[in-house]
Amino acid sequence: MQEIVIMLLMLLGAILIFLAGVGILRMPDVFLRMSATAKAGTLGVGLILTAAALHFNEFGIYARVIAIIFFILLTAPIAAHIIGRAAYFDGVPLWEDTVQDDLKKHYRISDHALYSGELPSEEFLVPQKEADDFSEEPE
Amino acid sequence: MNLFLVNLLLALAWVALTGSFQPVDLLFGFLLGYGVLWLAFRSTRSKRYFSRFPKVVEFVLFFVKELLLANLRMAVTILSPKMQLRPGVVAVPLDLKTRAGIVFLANMITLTPGTLSLDISVDRKMLYVHTVWLEDAEKFRSAIKQEYERRVKEIVEA
Repeated sequence: MQEIVIMLLMLLGAILIFLAGVGILRMPDVFLRMSATAKAGTLGVGLILTAAALHFNEFGIYARVIAIIFFILLTAPIAAHIIGRAAYFDGVPLWEDTVQDDLKKHYRISDHALYSGELPSEEFLVPQKEADDFSEEPE
Repeated sequence: MNLFLVNLLLALAWVALTGSFQPVDLLFGFLLGYGVLWLAFRSTRSKRYFSRFPKVVEFVLFFVKELLLANLRMAVTILSPKMQLRPGVVAVPLDLKTRAGIVFLANMITLTPGTLSLDISVDRKMLYVHTVWLEDAEKFRSAIKQEYERRVKEIVEA
């Protein structure tokens, strides 16, 4: 019985991580890619670690697994936030079908500070570059 | 928070006294300790711990539910031949005041698949969230505020 549970958890975790990989390939822009990976990966790793803990069934392993999951939950969102923010004012364009962009014109370019009020001025316009680093020859 | 530490100590004492260092015993010791502390402190000023603890448990359950549902939805989206995407960046006004509360909320939002907190304005009044399935900005805002912010507020700033 326990073996089956462990196997199912491992399988589910592996599937989630695989889907995160597929997501990276299929998603159209940076922010969507991060949505696909940062989180699916977290749950996937969590499930695999839980399966490992159940398999060994020792106090030391449980303690370590809980600590690892705790730190993943704590650090993964911060990495996602920093990457997303950096991508935004580096001018990485949002996908063309993006419905809404409330961040537009809210970053001050000089010091990267983010203001919440209405501040429509040239100073706040992050230039969006159309060419990305992966295309070999920009047109 | 002190009561939580006392509770942990009681759990450790229980484990030491029964001599079996199993996770189940630690959990049982924690629950026993919680009951003892409730009996001892329920009528004093430090009863905040007891009103907060069930809310933390409720929040964890709610969060696990959201995590599973959103992961499922993300899996369906990634695997479907024509991906159903309506991405957008939405500004969500914040009622939370403390730094700890905002960090907690932003982390929770990022951990739910499909939503990603991009940045917080310098005056800490707006949280900018990127979402994969944006149907209606107003609905999305109120969902974040009702579902997440209310719960975080009850735990962190109550």
